[in-house]
Amino acid sequence: MTCTEFLAQLDELIDDEVTFSLRADLEQHLRECEHCEITLNTTRKTIEIYRSHEIYELPESVRVRLEQAILSKCKKC
Amino acid sequence: MSTIQQLGNEEVHPDVLLVNRAKQGDVAAFEKLVRQYDRQVFRIANHITQNREDAEDVVQDAFLKAYEKLNQFQGNSKFYTWLVRIAVNESLMRLRKRRTGRMVSIDEDVQTEEGSMPRDLTDWSPDPEALYNQSEMAEILKKTIQGLPPGFRVVFVLRDVDGLSTEETADALGLSIPAVKSRLLRARLQLRERLSKYFRKNAKNGGGK
Repeated sequence: MTCTEFLAQLDELIDDEVTFSLRADLEQHLRECEHCEITLNTTRKTIEIYRSHEIYELPESVRVRLEQAILSKCKKC
Repeated sequence: MSTIQQLGNEEVHPDVLLVNRAKQGDVAAFEKLVRQYDRQVFRIANHITQNREDAEDVVQDAFLKAYEKLNQFQGNSKFYTWLVRIAVNESLMRLRKRRTGRMVSIDEDVQTEEGSMPRDLTDWSPDPEALYNQSEMAEILKKTIQGLPPGFRVVFVLRDVDGLSTEETADALGLSIPAVKSRLLRARLQLRERLSKYFRKNAKNGGGK
């Protein structure tokens, strides 16, 4: 398996959507290719970091104001 | 996210029960839906408009539009997916207004080779999050994702941050499944590449910042 072939399956591997035999091939490539192993691990980490950090926090005061505005208009619908 | 209730042989998502009550004029039921999803709508709107004020307006407008159109919600997709579709359209409208009518679209395929092949192959620090404090981290993550084309950003956020499936993301954005897949891969690789300069081993000593 080449690195390009590995990369084409990267998302499926991360999302756990690969068949048993394909997984075995991908893991075999990982044992032989440090670069692809780094790519896989750091891509996983990228997703994990974005998932665990809210970069657009909605402050509770703004939230309450928006909710009140929405609901007061709904009541008039 | 909500739990699934079992009703007879059919699984009914709790949102459907709330939507049905709201359709009959129960505003309290709609309030629950607003509280459940306002943060996510705000996040998506920010990612598209990149403007806090616009994102706040989108939250209001998207929920009001959803309320007005509740009767059109058939339950073929999840309520949240349907709501995201409204929020994405409202966000694009805001963006167009700000850019004085210039066409803004998330369905144009961006022709870029960037990130399709990893270049920075230095391993990251074992605990990259320990390298920066919380506000530095938020700034890095914001700056990095803002550098991506809007259509990549939104796919990444819906799939990887919000946890929507490929099918739901395609449905919410009006994209084909292959388009979602190709954007997700490129978005992930581009973000990884751009974050590498901050998170690689010795990044703080080696001029990563």
